[in-house]
Amino acid sequence: MRKFLLAAIILVIGITFIARLSYLQIFSFSPNQVMEDPAIKAIYDYPERGYIFDRKGELLVANQPAYDVMVIPREVQPLDTLEFCALLGIDKKTFKTQLAKARVYSPRLPSVLVPQLSKKDYARLQEKMRRFQGFYIQKRSLRYYDTDSGANVLGYIAEVNARDLQNNPHYIAGELIGRTGIEKQYEHILRGHKGVKYIQKDRFNRDIGPYKDGLLDTLPTQGREITVTLDKALQEYGEKLMVGKRGGIAALEPSSGEILALISGPTYDPSLLIGRDRSKNYSKLHYDSIAKPTWDRSILAEPSPGSPFKILNALIALQEGVVTPTTKIPCYNGFYVGNKKRGCHCGGGMRDLNSGIFKSCNAYFAVAFRKIYDKYNTTAEGMDVWEEHAKSFGLGTYLGYDLPTGRPGRIPSKEYYDRVYGKNRWASSYIISNSIGQGEIATTPIQLANMTAAIANKGYYFTPHILKEIEGAPIDIPEYTIPKHTTIDKRHFDGVVQAMANVYEHGTARWLKVNDITIAGKTGTVENFTRIDGVRTQLTDHSVFIAFAPVENPKIAIAVYIENGYFGSRYAGHIASLMIEKYIKGEITRTDLEKRMLEKTLEAEYAKPYSGQPFKINERVW
Amino acid sequence: MSVSGKSVIKRLDWFSVLLYIALVFIGWLNIYSATVTEDTANILNFSALHGKQLSFIMASGIAIVLLLAIEANFYERFSGLLYLVSMVLLLGIYPFGKTINGATSWYNLGFFNLQPSELAKVATALALAKYLSDIRTDIKRPKDQLYALGILLIPVILIVPQPDPGSALVFFAMSFVIFREGLPLYYLGIATALLVIFVLTLIYGTLWVLIILALLLVLFLLLKKPSFKVPVIPLSLVFVATILFSFSVSFIYNSVFEQRHRDRFSLWLRLEKDPRKLNEIIRTIGYNTYQSEKAIESGGFFGKGFLEGTRTKGNFVPEQHTDYIFSTVGEEWGFLGTSTVVILFTTLLLRLVYLAERQKNPFSRMYGYGVISILLVHYFINIGMVIGILPTIGIPLPFFSYGGSGLLFFTALLFIFLKLDANRLKELF
Repeated sequence: MRKFLLAAIILVIGITFIARLSYLQIFSFSPNQVMEDPAIKAIYDYPERGYIFDRKGELLVANQPAYDVMVIPREVQPLDTLEFCALLGIDKKTFKTQLAKARVYSPRLPSVLVPQLSKKDYARLQEKMRRFQGFYIQKRSLRYYDTDSGANVLGYIAEVNARDLQNNPHYIAGELIGRTGIEKQYEHILRGHKGVKYIQKDRFNRDIGPYKDGLLDTLPTQGREITVTLDKALQEYGEKLMVGKRGGIAALEPSSGEILALISGPTYDPSLLIGRDRSKNYSKLHYDSIAKPTWDRSILAEPSPGSPFKILNALIALQEGVVTPTTKIPCYNGFYVGNKKRGCHCGGGMRDLNSGIFKSCNAYFAVAFRKIYDKYNTTAEGMDVWEEHAKSFGLGTYLGYDLPTGRPGRIPSKEYYDRVYGKNRWASSYIISNSIGQGEIATTPIQLANMTAAIANKGYYFTPHILKEIEGAPIDIPEYTIPKHTTIDKRHFDGVVQAMANVYEHGTARWLKVNDITIAGKTGTVENFTRIDGVRTQLTDHSVFIAFAPVENPKIAIAVYIENGYFGSRYAGHIASLMIEKYIKGEITRTDLEKRMLEKTLEAEYAKPYSGQPFKINERVW
Repeated sequence: MSVSGKSVIKRLDWFSVLLYIALVFIGWLNIYSATVTEDTANILNFSALHGKQLSFIMASGIAIVLLLAIEANFYERFSGLLYLVSMVLLLGIYPFGKTINGATSWYNLGFFNLQPSELAKVATALALAKYLSDIRTDIKRPKDQLYALGILLIPVILIVPQPDPGSALVFFAMSFVIFREGLPLYYLGIATALLVIFVLTLIYGTLWVLIILALLLVLFLLLKKPSFKVPVIPLSLVFVATILFSFSVSFIYNSVFEQRHRDRFSLWLRLEKDPRKLNEIIRTIGYNTYQSEKAIESGGFFGKGFLEGTRTKGNFVPEQHTDYIFSTVGEEWGFLGTSTVVILFTTLLLRLVYLAERQKNPFSRMYGYGVISILLVHYFINIGMVIGILPTIGIPLPFFSYGGSGLLFFTALLFIFLKLDANRLKELF
C-alpha cells in the first residue's frame, strides 16, 4: 500500500494542475486578446473630419490645427522658467501647478501642459522648443467655422461621454463626437474611420516596438465632406436681422423640401465652442436660462401659430364643402361664442374667402370652422376629420427631417379634449380658438414653413431635409424625394393662394411689398402668457408670419416667429419679406425695412417680465 | 573505471535521462524567451541570462559525467561527511553569506553564487537514506523516529532564519521517505488533520470548527455498531487537543503573524470579504500571482507562439525567468505546452518511483524516495503558486528555473540516483 501512496499523490497533483490549467487557458480564455492585453497599446491615427459646404458650394465648416504643449515630467531638464512661461503666455504659478499635476498623473507619460495654442503662439514657440527638454508640441485638429452663423443647426463636436462609450463601440474615451445639429446627425459620414497601430509595452508602459511588426495595424479613412441644403448668405443675413430679437425662422425650397435656413435668435458664434475657452463659453451659453441661445427655436419652439393657421382652416372648410370661395359671412367686429363676444380687427362687414384671409377676419373663420363640425353628427366625428386634414400638412407630428432634435407641436384630437374636459363634456364652442390658430394648436417654425411649402405646391410637400450631397454625389433617399400629398384637392388652393397674395397687395402686409416679386403671405399675432411669481400674466403678442414667393413658381417658403414682436406684419413680416428678397434677388431694395430691422431690438420688451415692475403690453412703439 | 564507465552507459535508465534532457531544453527555451532583448538575441551571448544558463547546462553535463564516474558506494560511505559539511556551510552563511532579494542564502564565489541549501538537500537525502538503511535502525522505535526527524530538522532550523521558508518545506517533505520505510501512517493522518483544522479555523473560525467536530462526534455515536465500545478517554483527548489547536491557530494567526503573512493567507483562502480590500491585496502582494495567472490565461489553448508572448516581452510577470518561468510556457505555448510540461514531470516522477521500488539495496531505494520527495515538492509548490492555487512561496521549478546552483544540484540529485540505479545489479555480487 505504501508503495502506491507516492505514485497516487503524483497523479493527483498532475490531474489537479491539468484541471486548473484547462480552467485558466480553455474556459477563462477570452479571444478578444489584443484589446484586453495590458502589454499592447493601441495608438490611433485620427482621420480629418469631413468639411461641410452650403448649397452653393460655399465652405461652412472645415478643420484647423491646434497645438498642445505636452510635457514628460521625467525628461524635463532645468530650464529658464521665466522665458518659457513668457513664450507660452502663462504665469509661473500656472506653469508650476500644471507641471506638478502632470507629475502626479505619471512621470513617464506625456500630459498636456498648455492646451490648444493658437497658430501665432505656435509659430513663436516652435523654433525655441528644442531648447526645452521634456516638452514637445502635439498637433490636434479642431473645427474651423468659415461663418459666424448657424451655430445651432451646424452643431458642435465634443468629447464622448460615458453613455456614448456604452452605446457605441466605435469610440474610446477622449475621442470627439458630433453632439448636436448636423455634426451629430451625419457623424458617421463626417468622422471617417480611425487607423490603429499596436505597440508592445513593458510593465512601465514604455514602448518597446510594434506588436507583431505592425501586422494588425490599419490606416485611417478620411471623413467624407458633405454639402448641406443651407444657403450660407441667407442664413447669415437672417441671423443679422435677428440680432436683439428672440424667435425662430425656417426657410424651405418648396419644390424639393430642402432647408434653406434655420435661424434661432439669440444665437452665438460657433467658434466660441472650440479652442481654449470652450468650456467657459459653453457654461455661459448653456446656463443662460432666459435667452436660451443653445435652444434652437426654429425647430424646438412650439408657440400657437395664430392667423397663418386660418389658411389651413379655409382649405379644410373648402375641402369639406361647407364654404365656397364666394360664401359670405358677416363680421360684427367680432363674433359670439354663446353670449360672449370675441373681437376682430378686420373692420367688420361681409367677408368672403378672399377678404376673410387678407383682412384676417376672426369672425369668418370662427363661422367656417363651426360649419366643418356642424357637417358631422357629433363634434368628435368632426374633430377626427379636421385633425386628419391638419395632420396631412405635417403638423402635430415630428416631420421626419434629418436633424437630431425636434418637437411634434400639437394638433389636438378628440382624445386630447376628452382628457382635458372629460368625455362628451366639450363642444365646438370649447375649441373655437383653434379656428384662428390659437387655443391648443402648437407648431414649430419648421412645421409652419413646411405647411407654407405645401400651400405653395398646392397640395403636396417634400419632407424637409438638410443633406444635399455626400462627396459631390446628390442624395437619393426616397423619404426626401417622394412628395407627400395633403388631403386637400388641388383646386381649392387657387383661391387661397390668391387671397394670400392679396395680403401683400391690399391686406395686412401691404406695406411690405417687394418690387418685382409676387409674394403670398399671412400675418399672425399670437396672444401668449407667462407666469410671474405664480400669476398668469399676458405678455406682448408674438409676431408670426408665413410667406412664399414667387407666387407663380415658388422658390422659397418661409415661417418667421418673433417672441413678443406684436403684430405679425411688424418684426416677422419685415424679416420674412427681407429674406425672400435676399434669397431671390441676392440684394435688398427695401432698405427702409432692412434699416428698421437692423436697428430695432426687443430687449426692452424681454426685460419687462423680469423687471419686477408692472408693465404694459402691446405698446405701439412704431 | 573505463569498464565501469561503459557499463554505466549501458545500464543507465535512459528513459529518465531523456525526460531530464527534455525538461532542461524546454526550460532553457523559455528562459531565452523571457529574458531575450534585441541586443542579446545571439544564443551564444554568455553575458546574457540565457547564455549563462547555457553555460550552467554545459557545466551540468560535465557534472553528470563526473557523478556517473564516481564509484556508487562512495555516496553511501561519505553521506555522513557530506551532511556535516553542508550543515557547516549553512551555518557559515550567517557570517559570510551574500544577501540577494532580502535573503542571505548564497556564498559569492566570484563567477558563481553558491546556494548551500541546495547542497544540503542532496546531502540530507543521502544522510537520511544512510541512517534509515542502517541495520541497527528500527523506524518503529520512537527514539529512531526522533533521530530521523532530527536529520531533517537541523537543516530546517538553519535555513528558516535566512529566511527561506520554501527550502525549509522541502526538508519536511523528505519525511515521506520515513513513511515509506515504516513510520506509522497515523502520523500522516495527524498531520493531515492538523492541516484541515488549520484551514477550517482560518476560514470559519474556532466556533464552527467546534460545531463541526461535535456534529461528527454525534454522527459517529449514532452510526456506530451497538457492540462497538466507545474509547471515551482517547476520544475526549482528541476533542480537547483539537480545541486547543484551533484556538492556538487563531491566536497565532491574529497575534503572532504579521499583516503581510496574514495577507498571503487571506489572498490564498479568499478570507477577505471586502472586495475593495481584496483587490488591494491582489494588487500588492498578489501582484505576481495575478500577472502570472493572467499571462497563462492569455495563452489560451495554442499559446501565442515562441517569442510572441506580449506579457513576457513586456516583463509583466516579475521574476519570470526564475520562479515564474512556467508562466512563459503558459503564455507562449498555451495549454498544449503547460499540459506537456505537467505530463513530463508526472512521467519522470512516476518513473523514479518505479526505479526506487526496484532497488534491492535499501539505501538506494530510500535515497530514491528522497529525490522524488524533493523534486515533487518543488514542482508542486512552484507550479501551484504560478497557476494560483497555492500561496506564494519562493521556490524554483526543477530543471526549468534560471539559476546555476539550482540546476547543478537538481542534476546531481537525479544523477546520483541514476548511478545508484545503474549499479543495482552489481550489488548482488
